[in-house]
Amino acid sequence: MFDIFAVLPWLKSHLLSGLIFFPALGCVAMLCPVFGHCTNPCGRRARRFSFLLSLVPLVIGALLFWQFDPQIGGLQFEERTTWIASFGISYHLGVDGISLFLVLLTAVLIPLVIVNSAAIGASTRGYMACLFFLQMAVFGTLLAQDLLLFYVFWELMLVPLFLMIGLWGGKRRIYATVKFVLYTLAGSLLMQAALFYAVWSYYAQSGEVSFALSDLMHLKLTFREESWLFLAFALAFGIKVPIVPLHTWLPDAHVEAPTGGSVILAGVLLKMGIYGFFRFGFPLFPRAALEYAPYLAALGVVGVVYGALMAWAQTDIKRLVAYSSVSHLGYCVLGLSALSVMAAGGVIFLMVSHGLATGALFLIVGVLYERRHTREISEYGGLAAKMPVFAFCFAVATLASIALPLSSGFIGEFLTLAGSFERFPVLTITALLGVALGAVYMLTLYKRVMFGELDQEKNGKLEDLHLRETAALVPLVVLIFWLGLFPQPLLERTEVSLRQYCSQIMARAAYLSGFRSSGHGEAL
Amino acid sequence: MRIISTEILIWILLLPLMGALFSYAVGKWRQGLCGWLATGAAAATFGVVVGTVLYLPSGATLEQQLYTWVALDTLSVSFTLRFDRLTAVMALVVSGVGTLIHLYAIGYMAEDPGRPRFFSYFNLFLFSMLLLVLGGNLLVLFAGWEGVGLCSYLLIGFWYDHLPNAAAGRKAFVVNRIGDTGFLAGLFLLLHYFGTLDIALLESVFSGDAGLLNLIAACFFLGATGKSAQIPLFVWLPDAMAGPTPVSALIHAATMVTAGVYLMARLHFVFSAAPALMLLIVIIALVTALIAALIALMQNDIKKVLAYSTISQLGFMFMAAGVGAYGAAIFHLVTHSFFKAGLFLAAGSVIHGTKNEQDMRRLGGLRKYMPWTFAVYLISAVAISGIYPLAGYYSKHAIMEALAHSEQYGVLDLPEIFSTMAAVVACLTAFYITRSLMLTFCGTYRGEGVVHESPLVMLLPIGVLALLAVSGGIWLERVLPLYLGDPWPQPSGPTGEVSFFSALLHSWPGILGMLGGYLCYSWCSGWPAKICCALPPLSRLIEGKFFIDEIYAAVIVRPLEASARALWKFVDRGLIDGSLNGLAWSAGMCGETLRRVHTGKINHYALFIFAAAVLITVFGCGR
Repeated sequence: MFDIFAVLPWLKSHLLSGLIFFPALGCVAMLCPVFGHCTNPCGRRARRFSFLLSLVPLVIGALLFWQFDPQIGGLQFEERTTWIASFGISYHLGVDGISLFLVLLTAVLIPLVIVNSAAIGASTRGYMACLFFLQMAVFGTLLAQDLLLFYVFWELMLVPLFLMIGLWGGKRRIYATVKFVLYTLAGSLLMQAALFYAVWSYYAQSGEVSFALSDLMHLKLTFREESWLFLAFALAFGIKVPIVPLHTWLPDAHVEAPTGGSVILAGVLLKMGIYGFFRFGFPLFPRAALEYAPYLAALGVVGVVYGALMAWAQTDIKRLVAYSSVSHLGYCVLGLSALSVMAAGGVIFLMVSHGLATGALFLIVGVLYERRHTREISEYGGLAAKMPVFAFCFAVATLASIALPLSSGFIGEFLTLAGSFERFPVLTITALLGVALGAVYMLTLYKRVMFGELDQEKNGKLEDLHLRETAALVPLVVLIFWLGLFPQPLLERTEVSLRQYCSQIMARAAYLSGFRSSGHGEAL
Repeated sequence: MRIISTEILIWILLLPLMGALFSYAVGKWRQGLCGWLATGAAAATFGVVVGTVLYLPSGATLEQQLYTWVALDTLSVSFTLRFDRLTAVMALVVSGVGTLIHLYAIGYMAEDPGRPRFFSYFNLFLFSMLLLVLGGNLLVLFAGWEGVGLCSYLLIGFWYDHLPNAAAGRKAFVVNRIGDTGFLAGLFLLLHYFGTLDIALLESVFSGDAGLLNLIAACFFLGATGKSAQIPLFVWLPDAMAGPTPVSALIHAATMVTAGVYLMARLHFVFSAAPALMLLIVIIALVTALIAALIALMQNDIKKVLAYSTISQLGFMFMAAGVGAYGAAIFHLVTHSFFKAGLFLAAGSVIHGTKNEQDMRRLGGLRKYMPWTFAVYLISAVAISGIYPLAGYYSKHAIMEALAHSEQYGVLDLPEIFSTMAAVVACLTAFYITRSLMLTFCGTYRGEGVVHESPLVMLLPIGVLALLAVSGGIWLERVLPLYLGDPWPQPSGPTGEVSFFSALLHSWPGILGMLGGYLCYSWCSGWPAKICCALPPLSRLIEGKFFIDEIYAAVIVRPLEASARALWKFVDRGLIDGSLNGLAWSAGMCGETLRRVHTGKINHYALFIFAAAVLITVFGCGR
């Protein structure tokens, strides 16, 4: 195979920075007054420019995918520069099998959102700036291997979404933004406190300050300390996921967010919570994580069933899809807690699949909203006859969402549940309730929107998907089928990383338990 | 078992899949072509299947490993297709009867503007069903299993502008989904305890303690009850009649609903290892067959009669499988696909000829207008009644024999009870089918408008099916047991050597039922009403279909929906959001209250300072 890194060796060591740099560049360019004169009122030029620029991360992502070595369990494409030497803070980036596909998902979703954001109109530049900023922050969060760097990017993710919902949102957007930001911030602040406590303990043990994940992984804490720190991290991540009962910000945020915001929120941002558990929560505090995993799993299953029931009770399409996310992320929490390679691989697959399917669903809701300016299910009905292409895309997204085999959702859900079954058989069987309920609420939604007579006069004039909307939905549909039929390219790139991840946590937990029993830990 | 790898099996799947794509694409361009294209694809599939069957050496299994589908950690699932004799029988039925029904549908759907979609789904169904029977790995089988469920959903709700149709489709999918959770749980158990989902591998390692084996079998049986409409999950099948009649014939009579029986035959080693569950299966199957037959007695919609009849006949197949006579179950599956498809298509011909009239109270006397349809319906009715020498006799008799030779259970004389009940059900079957025959084709026409016989393209397939219903039993009885061979043997019953009269004697339940039905609906037409009046509670119970839908709605669906709404209102909005907003509000109120302290008046501040000084002094000195 053609090895591009042989030709351009510096590329390999700066690839990840490119992922952060180009969105940042896009953000700056969009805000730059120099570009002001070349935007026309409907924002088409700004959109075109942004679309082209957003292809750069996609290309980098593709490069990462091809050049990723599935045999290496650790970090690849690492970059490391000292940032604040006196505090042991460094600009350390790396990607492994756990983060690779979330990076790719983000890189895929952003261009599709840009293509499909024609409704924004004159303020397109600001909107695009927010999207780029968000993309940068997400990439940073996924790639950072230094806890402070991670924390900075983690908090930066809030800013653009705050603006997107607050400026381009619906009627109750202020309530939704405030709720969303306060909720998330409350969790993050606790995480920050826990983070500083961990760094301070590390300083007390080793005599040097370091925020590096690889250093802090060797932290020796008493079980009580570990538990408190884990709970603080878990709270921050749990709010982001969101784990029931910390979820009520999500439906409000989704309902008020513009289409693009919803797609990114459901597609990418929620997964940051799960990713946080993978990258930091479990490896940093393995003993506490193992101890509390059953409770976490139970909360996940509660989320699966509760989210499904909530979705069933909704009359607003977007709120329904939002609650379906709560339900699906519940599977992820369950699989995450099982700490087996199969379940963890399933979780990663499920996250990607959920990003594609729910992203598509939110685009679909957006299509309807742009035409009719309502999200009430009862306002629709009988659209299938009017909008056949739309009906097809909606059907595929629905089927992926209820995890029909040969769609991507099935592989993720099956692996997650099959992997979890070994550790939590009863909980997993309970989670199957969500599988049945998923069909209930999604098919009820589909039936009420698409089937029946076309009895509302306003719906008689609805147009089928425009070219732009089709262009945004078709890649998602193709990916849903492609991953459902050929999941192996994804799974084989995650497997070694996950194996290393699981064995590392088990080994560390065992080591720390031995450490405690010998009495040294208590002396700390 | 010899395994021969081959490249041909993928074509059995690709042909209908390509048919699905092309018939839609071509249909958009030229509507008239799509039906012929889809039928061509089905016929080509049948051709490939026949070729494969002819090539299949005795005692061997053809195998094609396409690629590794899912592999992670200990799990490894390759996309394996296997073709053994059980698959051969199933694939022949699916593609053969499927082709006939495709041909019929060209005539039946001739004026429907949605034809491209219809034939595309129809081909897609063939693909899924063949994937189901070819799957050599349970996960691949499950993909087909869900695929047929999807096609069933799409085709039940084919005329989606009428909301009850869409609701029926959704009901079918959801009820099947409940069964599928059982299937999934079974997969998890197998994976956990045996580490593989490959059927051939599983068969070689399958053993364990009785509780576990019963549990695994129970999980898969739950899946089978969903797909094959047995108690407790049979409620979707009558509603599924909302789909076009060819759909009812192909999916909801001949093929898809028999997937549960196929699953039991395919996983015979799982079920045979769970004797306690097998007893339960026989009982469930008997009760299902009885209840469905009773309900069929009082239905007025000709398709509903046939739907309940299908449930009842599936009960027969499960009885056979439940006593370990998988061969007899498959035998009945095959003959049933002939005569039930014939009945449905004849009913469809009636509906077509009378401009969508399904209510038998407004039919009647059609014998004169539709002689060919009548002939097919009559032949199929005699066949389903199990009267010698038509197909139903042989397969039903095989099941009766299997029941009569089943094992004793304690003091209960189970074989006797089972065969008596089965005979009663067989008698009821003959009665209700004769009733539908009489009401539809005899007497005088009670509807309006002109009735016409269906075109040749519809009569030809049902003619073939009628021929099969007549002759199928005779040759299948000789061929099938030998062909299926070891794992799916047939019980040794009376073979072709039996004399004509003793065979007729053995078909007594059918003859009795048909005679009764004939009498009740010709000479003594007042009797049914009198019987109903004599037994008011029972007749109301039967007329209300045992109120099972209502009970499910009252006990499961509505409480669940109400609790979802209540949770949403009181927990999500009320408790969680309420306490959060309360927290925010109280924080705001604290600020608001404290703000008042900052009045900006110097004398107020002086007062505060003085008060603070006093307090500090008092408490400071008090210590």
